[in-house]
Amino acid sequence: MSTLTQKKGFGATVWDYLTTVDHKKIAILYLIAGGFFFILGGLEAMFIRIQLAIPDNNFISAGFYNEIMTMHGTTMIFLAAMPLLFALMNAVVPIQIGARDVAFPFLNSLGFWLFFFGGIFLNLSWFLGGAPDAGWTSYASLSLESPGHGIDFYALGLQISGIGTLIGGINFLVTIINMRAPGMTYMRMPLFTWSTFVASALILFAFPALTVGLALLMFDRLFGTGFFVPQMGGNTIIWEHLFWIFGHPEVYILVLPAFGVFSEILATFSRKRLFGYSSMVFATVLIGFLGFMVWAHHMFTTGLGPIANAIFAVATMAIAVPTGIKIFNWLLTMWGGQVRFTVPMLYAVAFIPSFTMGGVTGVMLAAAAADYQFHDTYFVVAHFHYVIVGGVVFGLLAGVTYWWPKMFGRMLDETLGKVTFWLFLIGFHLTFFIQHFLGLMGMPRRIFTFLPGQGFELGNLISTVGAFFMAISTLVLLVNIVKTSINGPKAEADAWGDGRTLEWAVASPAPEYNFKQTPLVRGLDALWVEKMAGKKGLTPAEPLGDIHMPNGSFLPFTISLGLFVASIGLIYQFDDKVWAIPVIFIGFLITFGSMFLRSVIDDHGYHIHKEELMDDDDKGVKA
Amino acid sequence: MKKWLPNMRFFSLFGLMALLLAGCGKPFVSTLQPAGEVADMQYSLMLLSTSIMVLVIIVVTILFVYVVVRFRRKAGDENTIPKQVEGSHKLEMIWTIIPILLLIILAVPTVSATFKLADVTPMEEETRDENALVINVTANLYWWEFEYPDHGVITAQELIVPTGERVYFNLLASDVKHSFWIPAVGGKMDTNTENVNKFWLEFDQQATENAGGLFYGKCAELCGPSHALMDFKVKPLPKEEFDQWISDMQNAEPFVPTSDLAAQGEQVFNQYNCIACHAIDTGEDRPTAPNLANFGERSSIAGRFEFTEENLKKWIKDPEQHKPGNKMTGTYDHENMTEEELDALAEYLMNLKVQN
Repeated sequence: MSTLTQKKGFGATVWDYLTTVDHKKIAILYLIAGGFFFILGGLEAMFIRIQLAIPDNNFISAGFYNEIMTMHGTTMIFLAAMPLLFALMNAVVPIQIGARDVAFPFLNSLGFWLFFFGGIFLNLSWFLGGAPDAGWTSYASLSLESPGHGIDFYALGLQISGIGTLIGGINFLVTIINMRAPGMTYMRMPLFTWSTFVASALILFAFPALTVGLALLMFDRLFGTGFFVPQMGGNTIIWEHLFWIFGHPEVYILVLPAFGVFSEILATFSRKRLFGYSSMVFATVLIGFLGFMVWAHHMFTTGLGPIANAIFAVATMAIAVPTGIKIFNWLLTMWGGQVRFTVPMLYAVAFIPSFTMGGVTGVMLAAAAADYQFHDTYFVVAHFHYVIVGGVVFGLLAGVTYWWPKMFGRMLDETLGKVTFWLFLIGFHLTFFIQHFLGLMGMPRRIFTFLPGQGFELGNLISTVGAFFMAISTLVLLVNIVKTSINGPKAEADAWGDGRTLEWAVASPAPEYNFKQTPLVRGLDALWVEKMAGKKGLTPAEPLGDIHMPNGSFLPFTISLGLFVASIGLIYQFDDKVWAIPVIFIGFLITFGSMFLRSVIDDHGYHIHKEELMDDDDKGVKA
Repeated sequence: MKKWLPNMRFFSLFGLMALLLAGCGKPFVSTLQPAGEVADMQYSLMLLSTSIMVLVIIVVTILFVYVVVRFRRKAGDENTIPKQVEGSHKLEMIWTIIPILLLIILAVPTVSATFKLADVTPMEEETRDENALVINVTANLYWWEFEYPDHGVITAQELIVPTGERVYFNLLASDVKHSFWIPAVGGKMDTNTENVNKFWLEFDQQATENAGGLFYGKCAELCGPSHALMDFKVKPLPKEEFDQWISDMQNAEPFVPTSDLAAQGEQVFNQYNCIACHAIDTGEDRPTAPNLANFGERSSIAGRFEFTEENLKKWIKDPEQHKPGNKMTGTYDHENMTEEELDALAEYLMNLKVQN
């Protein structure tokens, strides 16, 4: 028994997670926090669907509906989908490239805590006078008009969690560029690593636009500047541009990693290498690149003129080409394979037609002249839910169930998993398919109610019924998690038996140093190559030696906490609260004090000695 | 727009789509029952894109079903290792080139329609066509103002237009961004706060009759709590009737109450200072609230209720309940209004008419 695996008390475990810089534990933190916000956003969605179940309903009031609707979008994008993807990236990418951790473990932890405190701060608005109510896009004229502090919470909360995301993105870029094991060339990287790489690059270029937009919004609201006030020479259209220059790549930041997940799963459970690997990589990079060229298709009705609209229409249509390449490559990956329908595979398989439907309505929306009819109707709502639920959420559910054994060392229950899957799939199509038609029939989006007699009744009722299917399905998933974590079967290293990539070569869950000896990668699908060569494990690239590990640190927590405290002060300073200014100073003192400590304290980490590793024979690389 | 169709093989699908979609929605609010040149053009583009997309979905679905059924792992195959195929240049070229061709088929009419819909030369100062009708639309928190600048006429909440000709619009918002949309007649255009947007629509006489003479207009950009209730009505009239209406508006005399109750109502109107915000003169522009000069001829109350005295009183008594966040609530003492005052006021308002 090694000292590394001794049982800890509850307090010690909590402290361990508060201070951890281990990418696998940070993955679990992201998963828990993201899962919490996912359920919160789901509850908000249920409020929306109940309110819209019947015409002229008064289940919730108009103002409250706008808060719920805004928070549903904001929470799902920034606080659920992003962190859940980060959970998967953290859990998998370092192991997939044969690394012992990410490049900057301390920053990794800082990224998480910034996201976490930003999310909590945003949701504090519910208890402090009302949540933001101008939609997740927070268009400037309305968001400046909005009374109360809701929008201030939005601007500051997203600013804090946005910095966290940016840090996370940079960390993965550096990790993937620098930390690959010997032999892991770019064109041997698993697709999930590739898509993480491209998504991280998108984060690097897209999030600064949001940061700038939010900063200007904050100045306008808190300090009385006029960046978005036409009477003072400002311009609200600039907000639309800034938001969508971030907002459109954001969609690809979400969906590319999901594509990566599906590429892994489809290959694994078809027992075939990914069809057209290099064209998949090419398509991923191309989608990422084109993703920056199309933001104005969200603004076709803003009045940019026919030249801009035509250019952005054609550019948007172009994205369909690389996406189509991917769809057909996935289908051909299964072609001639040995397809096994595990729960993750079910999600991956269901994703293909579901996402295709979301993709083709995207091309329809790109037809600018026709988009004048689609824009801001339920057709758009249907489209982006097909893309984000059918693509991203399916990807998350697939990825979480696929890598669950690797993260927690236990298998999830397949039967309950299949119940979840079918309920979710049926509920999803029931909820959103009909919304295409509601939009075409003239129903605008973001309305808190609809008046009877316009032909919207039946469609909305069907949609609400579908939402309940999804809610029940989520409950079954939770039951599954609780049940299997009590008495689920222990997972093998190669938990599914068909693993192809490096993460399936290390124990489940992986030891904190991942690889006892850094592996030598001898081809695409490194583990599969070794299996086919008749070997039991990976070929080591180095002799067994001491492993250098970073120490945990509480400072990422306090740096983030300080910004959280300062933001509360910033918001209330303008209500003439005497305590507000001291609170700002205390907050910044905590943040900068922690940064100072980080700079002056030398922390050389520690070593796991060779002798200890030899005791751990049941874990790590069997070389 | 059908003449743009470059490829005959779409026709069968095209017809099927048209058949499937045409049954959808109500004729006064559905984009699928186009009631004018713009909506027609957009509907054709929708049909074209839907047909192409359904074609794509069919291809993917056939492949998908085949793959999922044919290649499932069967008992006894647990140890079979399938051939590890790297890829196929020929196939990859096929599914790169065919989508590009499909997109070109869609892109050409899209670009062409986009430019056609943006053609507002007859309303531009340099190229102004004297006969073109121009309407200035101002969107306000939960109500719409329609000004006919060439005729010096202003109305609100109910847009009156001639059928069978292109009508040109200047669009602007007075407070926050809104979006001007008459689904059955054509796509939307935002009313920005800082610049005037211009576009045109055409209203078809036959379609107007099919829709019962009245179209629904909507705000399509989130603008606050009552965004959902920021509806307006559109009443297209044959050219002669429209001209008659314009001249009635231009020549309207100040309203003289014909009954005691209405006279009493006029007093209430002044006493509660309604006049401070609402103009009752057909030519007067007050940005604060809807012009009421032809209120008695409208077809809805507050854009959302049927036009009845009951509904009018309900609205005046408690506007906040029926349009949360509106700017009228609290500007007068509605809580203490008596039934008599309400009756009189309603009588007065419902008699504000310009046509005899």
